[in-house]
This record gives sequence, structure tokens and C-alpha cells, in this order.
Amino acid sequence: MSSYLVKRIFTMIITILGVSVLVFMIIHLIPGNPINHILGDFATEESIRELEIRLGLDRSIPVQYFSYMLNAIQGDLGISYITGYTVVEEILNRIPITAQLAFFSMIFGSITGIVIGVIAAVKKNTIYDQLAMLLALVGISAPGFWIALFLILLFSYQLSIFPISGYNGLYSLVLPSITLGLGTAGSIARMTRSSMLDVIKQDYIRTAKAKGAGVYRLIFRHSLQNALIPVVTLIGMQFGYLMAGAVVTETVFALPGLGSLIVSAISTRDIPTVQGLLLFMAAMIIIVNFVVDLLYTKLDPRIQYE
Amino acid sequence: MLKSIEKNNNLLFVDPDPLDIKLSKNSFLNNFLNKIMKNKGAIIGSVILLFFIITSALAPIIAPYPVNEMNFDDSLQGPSLEHWLGTDEFGRDIWTRMLYGGRVSLLMGLFAVTISGTIGVTLGVIAGYYRKLDIYIMQFIDILMTFPSLLMAIAIVAVLGVGLTNAMIAVAISAVPSFVRVVRGSVLSIRETEYVEAARALGVKNWRIIGKHILPNVISPIIILATLEFGGSILSAAALSFLGLGAQPPNPEWGALVYVGKSFLSQAWWMTLFPGLAIMLVVLGFNLLGDGLRDALDPKSN
Repeated sequence: MSSYLVKRIFTMIITILGVSVLVFMIIHLIPGNPINHILGDFATEESIRELEIRLGLDRSIPVQYFSYMLNAIQGDLGISYITGYTVVEEILNRIPITAQLAFFSMIFGSITGIVIGVIAAVKKNTIYDQLAMLLALVGISAPGFWIALFLILLFSYQLSIFPISGYNGLYSLVLPSITLGLGTAGSIARMTRSSMLDVIKQDYIRTAKAKGAGVYRLIFRHSLQNALIPVVTLIGMQFGYLMAGAVVTETVFALPGLGSLIVSAISTRDIPTVQGLLLFMAAMIIIVNFVVDLLYTKLDPRIQYE
Repeated sequence: MLKSIEKNNNLLFVDPDPLDIKLSKNSFLNNFLNKIMKNKGAIIGSVILLFFIITSALAPIIAPYPVNEMNFDDSLQGPSLEHWLGTDEFGRDIWTRMLYGGRVSLLMGLFAVTISGTIGVTLGVIAGYYRKLDIYIMQFIDILMTFPSLLMAIAIVAVLGVGLTNAMIAVAISAVPSFVRVVRGSVLSIRETEYVEAARALGVKNWRIIGKHILPNVISPIIILATLEFGGSILSAAALSFLGLGAQPPNPEWGALVYVGKSFLSQAWWMTLFPGLAIMLVVLGFNLLGDGLRDALDPKSN
């Protein structure tokens, strides 16, 4: 286990470094000079030169990369061209909203998905099963921004239950969490169903049935507990999807989180912010996937890493 | 009666008649069609897709109004007999704009899948067949995979700049990793089979082994994935347009229509409802068809 852990941490670091090189390269291919964007069209030669030196843009790309990474390791991702705050400050200010949104939508998505998946599996090949699976597929196929708009129309405009947009306590996260959770609920429902059907075929379920276990005991004690192992992994792996979904959801609901920050940073060509955010999100996703991988062994003792 | 004897004869005597080969190919196709026709989801999916493909193709003929014709007297009208799906803020007919928008959305999906499929299959075959390159290609793909496809598409648009073409390229690139993964996996298992080994032992050239023996055997997973990615690409492209990073209004791409409709949500819900519904139905159609193809093409389900 420990040698596996070392190997896994090593590849994780390699991947994060690879991502950083990739992001850096992508960002520095951006057409349009950020200097022009900051100073406008009427800047003097002198002020352009001065700003270039201040932002470090006069140095070669590899040198820029190494100094960027050296700073990044020390928790410095540069300063936003637009707001003047450090990128780390921006991230720290906004992360609570995105974290809460991801957390609540994961809970909503998991519960809805597992319930629908269990119903479909237990009622296999009936109309309930077909309806449940169609519903799951609709959840996967519907654009999140579109669902968001109709939740706003119904619950904010018509019923005035929830705020239309902006962040004003947990209450304003209800509709965004439902929006973001629905997509994950679809995948989780499909996975729960197929995993339940696999488990139901096992010998120990037949044994339990022969010993006279009741339907609910069979479902919850014997089947679901084992069927949930791959589902939990899927839930963990959905973290990346949630980050991407947060971009759209936060924009629709005008929530000041990381997702809406990246969209506004792209439209204002705020390069340090875009770069820092991409790097930060990728690192988060890599770390979460790593933790999920490790949890997998705890959940399923049959799996052992060498 | 005569025919059935003939058939039996064919079964009894192994005849190197080329007709036999034709028969076996037909039986594969028949088997596939049989399974697809029994799959309700695949049928529903195909019907949905055919509807949108035909209406988009015929847009100039069946559209009741010119696509950009403004008529301020009729602005923000709800669905009626004259305007089936209502009108927008300039009095333009939503149904007409959706017909034309379907062309953009469907072509965007087609373009993205063709590009990502071509690059992805090539890289996947190389990684799976030439083991020495595998580790480099897969390490690179793993790095790309870190970004969820929409996030990667957003990053690429950040580089290329906002717009329809760039959004299309971004969506295409972001779909490459899944093709590489799937194709590489299939190639890996096929390259170890006896017939590939035999071909190699006979000195058949690598490109010929790939073209003749490997590619035909990985075509099923590619078709399934391409179907699912087609829907996924339309969804991503629409999301980019909605964020203002893809197709720009007055382009009637479906995501862009929802983007415009957002500002009139409380007065004119139809501007948002119908284009979004179209996106959902098309993506649903591709997902249903993809699932059906998976069931029908999976040799294990025989």
C-alpha cells in the first residue's frame, strides 16, 4: 500500500506539473497583448516598457514559467490586471460559495440519483424502470442553463420563493444546487441501477432470500450497501463535472464564485486570474480524484493496491 | 421448399463461394437491425434526430418567415397561429429562427465530432498499437482529462477568442481525450489476438494490419462514442454560446437564442423554452441512439 501511495503521489505531482505547463502554454498563446488592454491605445512607449518589466513580460517564456511556478508553490499566483487584488485573494474570497454550491448539489444529486436508481433496479423492466431511466437521461441531456432559467421563472418570478440572483446566504443556493445536482443525479441513477442489478444476481443475495430476508432488508442491507461502492466513486469523479457546471450555474444566478470569476476574467482578458484559476481548479480535481481512489480501498476490501 | 434445401446444402457443404461471405455479412447486418428495431430507445432517438435533421435541412423551404425579418409591431408575441412559437424582441419568428439555428447547432456537433474523432482515433490507434509511444500519449491525455470538457473548451476559447468557429474548435479539442481512451483500450485487446499475431508473423506491414485487421474491429466503440459525443458537443457548444463565448447573436444558434431569451424571461418565456427544449431533445436523441447502439453492437448481448 505505501509503495503504491508513493507512486500515486508521484504521478499526481507529474500531472499537476503537466497541467501547469499546458495552462501556461495555452495562456501565452493568447492573441492580443495584455499591455494594450491595460493601458489602452494611447500609451507611450515608455509606459509600455515600464509595465512590461513590472509584469515580467520582457523575459523569455521558460523563465516566466519557472518564476511563476516558484511563486505558485509559495502561494503567490500573481495579481489580477483588473481588480488589483492578488489572484489568491480573489480565489479565497470566492471559494466558499463554489464549495457550498458543489457540496449541496452533490448531496441533492446523490440522494435523487440513488433513489431513482434503486427504484429502477427493484422494478426492473417495468414501466417504472423505463420512466426512471428516461428521466435520468433527460437530466443528463438538458442544458443546465436552461433548467436554471425555468427554475428562476417558476420559483422566483411566479412564486417569489427564492431570490432571482446574487448571493444572500444559503437560501440563494437552493435553486443553483438543484440545477447543478440534476445533471449528476442522472449519471448516478444510471450507475446505481446497473450496479444494483449486478449485485442482485450474486449468490449471497439468493442465500439471503432463501433464508427469508424481507424485501427491504434485501434491498438496503444486502444489495444497496455493496452496489453503492462504484456509485461513491462516480460521485467523487463528478467533482470535475461540478466545477465545469459551476461556471454555467454561477453565471446564470450571478453568484460570486470561482466559475463566474473565470468567465468574467476571460472576457476582460485578465490573464493572471484565468491562469491561476485554471491551475487551481485542475489541482483541486486531481487531488479529489486521488482521495476518491484511496477511499475506494476502504469501501471495498477486495481491492488492494500493490 | 426448394429454397430451404438449398440453404441446408449451403450449411452442409463448406463451399468457398463468395456468396457465402455475402450471406454472413448480411446476417451481421440483419442481426444488428433486428436488435436496433427492438430497442425502443434507439427508435425514439432516431425519430427525434430525423425530425430535427430534416427540418433543419429544409429550413429555407419550410420556414414561414425570413430568418432576420424584423417586425416591431409583432415584438414579444406569445405562440399563436401566425407565429407558432411566438416572436422575439424584434418581432422575429422564433420557429423560423430555430429552424435555421438547428443548422448551426447540428453542424457544430458534426464538425466537432469529425475533428475530435479523427484526431482521437489516430492517437488512440498509435498509442494502442505502438507500445513505445503509449506512455507519452497517455500521460498527455491524462493531463487533458484533468479538465472537464466544458472547462477545457472555455480555456481554449480564452486563447482563441470568442466566436462561433473558435467555440467549435474548442469543443472539438475538448472531446479528443475520450476518443483516445476508448480506441486505445480496444486496440490493446485486439492487437493481442491470434489473427493479428499471425498477420505480424507473416510479415504483413503495420499500416496494413491496422487498416485491415484492427480498425474494422474497433469501429463499434467508435460509432457508439461518436453518437454520444455528438450530443455532448452540441450541449457544450450551446453552453459556450450561452456564456457569450460562442455563437454571437443575431446568429440563431440554439444556445445563443436562449442567451437572448434570458433577458426577456419574465415577459416572453417562449423565447427561452423552445430553443432549450430543442437542445435537450436533440441531445436526448443522441443519447438514446447511442445507448441503443451500445446494446445492439455489443457482442456479449448476443
